[in-house]
Amino acid sequence: MSRLDFEDVTVRYGHHTVLDGVSLSVPAHQIMGLVGESGSGKSTLARAAVGLAPLASGRVLLDGQPVRHQGRRRPIQMVFQDPFSSLDPRMSIGRSIAEALPERLRRAPQRAEIARLLELVHLDPGRAADSPGRLSGGQRQRVAIARALAGRPDVVLADEITSALDVSVQGAILNLVREMQRETGLTVLFISHNLAVVRYVATHVAVMAGGRIVEQGPTAEVFSGPASDYTRELLASIPGPAGGDVRQRSPESGANHDN
Amino acid sequence: MRRHRPEVLRTPVGIVGVTLLTVLVLLAVLAPLLWGDRATATNTGNMLAGPSPEHWAGTDNLGRDILFRTLVATRLSLVLTLVATTLGVGLGLLLGLAPLLLPQRLGRLVVAFVNVLLGFPSLLMVLFLAVILGVSTTSALLAIGIAIAPPFARLVHALGAGVTERDFVAAARIAGVPPARIMVRHVLPNVAEPLVVNATVTASSVLLAFGGLSFLGIGVQAPQYDWGRLMQDGLAIIYDNPLAALAPGIAFVLTGLAFNLTGEAAAGTFGAKSRSRMRWPAPASPRPGTRDDADLAADRDGLVLDVRDLAVTFPGPDGPIPPVRGVSIALRAGEAVGVVGESGSGKSMTALAVAQLVEEPGRVTAERLAFCATDLRSGRRAAHDALLGTSLAVVFQDPMTSLNPVLRVGTQLGEAARRHQGLTRRQASARAADRLRAVHLAEPERRLRQYPHEFSGGMRQRAMIAMGLMGTPRLIVADEPTTALDMTVQRQVLDVLQEVRREHGTALLLISHDVSVVSSVCDRVLVMYAGRIVEDLPSADLHTQARHPYTRALIGAVPDMTTDLDAPLATIAGQPVDPRHVPDGCAFAARCPLVTDRCRQEEPTLQAGPVGAVACWHVDDPIPAETEEVAVG
Amino acid sequence: MRRLLVSLWILVTASFLMIQLVPGDPVRAALGTSAPAELVATRRAQLGLDDSLLDQYLTYVRNLFTGDLGESILTQLSVAETIGQRLLATLSLALPAFVLTFAIAVPVGVAMAVVTRRGRRRRAELTFVGTSIVLASIPEFVVCVALVAVFAVNLGLVPAAGRSGIDSYVLPVLALAIGPAAVLARIVRVEMLAVLDADYIRTARAQRLSALRIHLRHALPNAVTATLTLSGLMLATMVAGTVLVENVFAWPGLGGTIVSSIQSRDYPLVQGAVLVYGAIALTVNTLVDVGIAAIDPRSMIGDS
Repeated sequence: MSRLDFEDVTVRYGHHTVLDGVSLSVPAHQIMGLVGESGSGKSTLARAAVGLAPLASGRVLLDGQPVRHQGRRRPIQMVFQDPFSSLDPRMSIGRSIAEALPERLRRAPQRAEIARLLELVHLDPGRAADSPGRLSGGQRQRVAIARALAGRPDVVLADEITSALDVSVQGAILNLVREMQRETGLTVLFISHNLAVVRYVATHVAVMAGGRIVEQGPTAEVFSGPASDYTRELLASIPGPAGGDVRQRSPESGANHDN
Repeated sequence: MRRHRPEVLRTPVGIVGVTLLTVLVLLAVLAPLLWGDRATATNTGNMLAGPSPEHWAGTDNLGRDILFRTLVATRLSLVLTLVATTLGVGLGLLLGLAPLLLPQRLGRLVVAFVNVLLGFPSLLMVLFLAVILGVSTTSALLAIGIAIAPPFARLVHALGAGVTERDFVAAARIAGVPPARIMVRHVLPNVAEPLVVNATVTASSVLLAFGGLSFLGIGVQAPQYDWGRLMQDGLAIIYDNPLAALAPGIAFVLTGLAFNLTGEAAAGTFGAKSRSRMRWPAPASPRPGTRDDADLAADRDGLVLDVRDLAVTFPGPDGPIPPVRGVSIALRAGEAVGVVGESGSGKSMTALAVAQLVEEPGRVTAERLAFCATDLRSGRRAAHDALLGTSLAVVFQDPMTSLNPVLRVGTQLGEAARRHQGLTRRQASARAADRLRAVHLAEPERRLRQYPHEFSGGMRQRAMIAMGLMGTPRLIVADEPTTALDMTVQRQVLDVLQEVRREHGTALLLISHDVSVVSSVCDRVLVMYAGRIVEDLPSADLHTQARHPYTRALIGAVPDMTTDLDAPLATIAGQPVDPRHVPDGCAFAARCPLVTDRCRQEEPTLQAGPVGAVACWHVDDPIPAETEEVAVG
Repeated sequence: MRRLLVSLWILVTASFLMIQLVPGDPVRAALGTSAPAELVATRRAQLGLDDSLLDQYLTYVRNLFTGDLGESILTQLSVAETIGQRLLATLSLALPAFVLTFAIAVPVGVAMAVVTRRGRRRRAELTFVGTSIVLASIPEFVVCVALVAVFAVNLGLVPAAGRSGIDSYVLPVLALAIGPAAVLARIVRVEMLAVLDADYIRTARAQRLSALRIHLRHALPNAVTATLTLSGLMLATMVAGTVLVENVFAWPGLGGTIVSSIQSRDYPLVQGAVLVYGAIALTVNTLVDVGIAAIDPRSMIGDS
């Protein structure tokens, strides 16, 4: 099991309360979506789980045990939004990944492990020596995912990982997240402002506003019968002919999905 | 080969700087050995002599040769400069990095301490320390070293804090890398370059400071001498022999230049390598024959915007870069047309070109570029200002930066109306209040007196739209107007745009990467790829009738609320086209599942079809099922 | 505000400690080894150096509030009075030089930014940057000496030294202003270039405002805000820079006083001078903060 629980978590910066008694349970071996608008506190919640944001009160538990933020092995890893800021420009991508490995390996096994991780995210292992400057945004995001997996985590927090990417790349990264989760059985907290993206990747969803969770539950239920006004407003804001019939879509784009 | 030359040596200025430095170092090493004796040899028979063939710069009050003394003093002046700089830089590093390593409270204390020290001019600190430490070379050395530390510490701290805020440091912390190791492996390598540059420039100010102290008599003490002392001695006899003071003065200037030029060249101030070599193409010959102008003239009468074969070109190191390569757009009153594409597809540049906002060195060419039947290509730019200022509204992506932070919102809304429509301040203000009301901002009179930072993002974007409504806009060009906004706010802004269209019959050119935004607002969608329109179709048909493989993949790659959850999303293999290297043939060929040899050789043009127009040789071929996911960008 | 008070307190304390930190007996050091022991003892008692450190500190601070900075060890004149006279002479150099610096730097920097924007007129840009680096590389005292050599000695246009008529101000003010003006002009240009690339300037262009209005009303205030922060430090440095200039021109100002009193170890005088210089620097910085707040509405909320 690897269930992530937030128990009454409060985070304050100065007089500003960013998280106000948030309790949230991320079910084990599932992808849970966390949606909300800017300033709702969703990124802070992720940062609190990995010790980057100081807790004013409350606890973060992994399988009932408080999460420790010391030592080499960190069971919770994170992937960030901006792929141009999340890799050290002066470090080869191989070294960036190696840094996240929980134990020191000798050169050969380390190289093999890096190659395995790069292949896992569909990158050519031969590029381990490349600097991030030679990679596109989508490729960098794949490296960031590989680095998160290098720590052999139980839980991965994905903070708006596709919002800085072009739409054509976004699809590939979303496919990768789903595939990764299916293969490794990871617990994933997938943060996004985009409801359609969350609907596509997540089995469960929580809606945040003003530092509180306003609604949570299985994605299909929350999106088809939202209990809170705020969720309803969010759903109504989605642009485009909402409720359009999926069956009317072109046979060509349908063919795209057959594999 | 050039790759192996250090950055500094790539500009003439850098070469001059480094050459000067080399000469100085050689002098510092050799001069005391070669001329040490002659510099100290007194000659009571030839005191205070002017310049002569034996003594080029004359002699001092003991008959010593001033030129040789100046040359020999190079060593002491340089050594003192270097030692003090090293001391100051080391201290600065310590003070600057400490707040990043110490516990938060202690760190803040260090920052506060450095800030207080920064409030005092360094010469004052030098004098203060000179008093405590007594008057001697060593105390001057310490004093200057300590005095230059605070500014350097602040720089180190600012740069270091900038790096520690970046996500890769957060990632390293999450991975359990200890703080000191993060400092050494991630922070220092990323701040080293600007620090080295700054240290070089600091060395030049240390040289001056030391010279100043010696000049005042509280630096180097006799019988030792550096350039500062020589200047002081020279000043006493300036009426007899100005060169006595000017010779060390020249030494100061050359050394200061050596440090400064090297530092500036390293900092890229003279950035000659990229910009000066930009090349322009030979002027292109005008395209032949506007074949259908005559028969379409009648049809073109009602057009608000009529653009044909629009191209934007920028000079680049390897020849011109064309972000937009022949785009044609026609917009009728009240019509809304969306432009979608990936970043780098040229969609924003198209918007800027249409709005006549492409700046030098970019060049806009078009076979036709008419707004409200006025040809924007001819006539002086100023002549079109009134028309564009009242009839064309532009909304940009980032509402947080699109309004001037130091001017009141009312001023910014009213100034164009005052210029182009001749309104008085009062009239402009009344109209501005009315326009803010039109975009549903409450209490418009109060809002007008506020500054942009008192507005939320959505309010600013609505203020931008209100700004466009100060005149009677025939066309709104909106470049990603809602990308930076939250979803609920996005809805409001899009609604306001729709309202404006309905009420004033304003045409809308909406640029967005978001297919769903465009299809919810626009009548027609133009899909851009590598600077060209590859498909043009009604937005109602976007999901069903798209025929270009790129359009189809673009739609399939974005999940919406109806996407099939069991199937993977469509992906597009490979990378977008780099505008610097646009391939022959179809630009999409390299990423296209339907590619054939014809695609790689011949570029397809937009051909009208049943519901729109598409530029593809294989519009009716089915897309093959993906066999395996390919690693994509 | 809090920062100003803390800084003032540190300044006062540091200037007080300065005398305590001097190795050996400061009075003995000032009067020389040949001075009779009774004289030294009397002077020590006068200065209160035999009291406990805390008492001395409290007396020092109390005296400060009454404007009493003590007496010179050598001349036994009131330090406050001496400094008061000399300070006026110094400010009469520093303030015109500061105004001149801005009068040169802002128009030149703005004009160069507008003219050389986006890689236009590379030659003009190189000339400007090159010239400003050369000018900034020349130390004030070298400028002074060069100016004296050319205009006073060779051409005889203006007096070489001393404070007399208006013409005696020309060289010292010029010498003080040239270097800072070169540095500031470059900073103004860089800031202006950054501002001209800002989104809100594009908005102003989209409204088809006149070029003059875009540059002066929209761009300049934003560029100056950033420049002002540095100019505060610059004025403070300039006041300190008078030390060198006064030395060359034999100007009867505070700078000359501070140097001669360091050399003669007249510590009370040095103490007073350091205190006054520091207080000026702090006041200037505070004034600059106020000025920025007046121009930039955002800074008011961020200030705490």
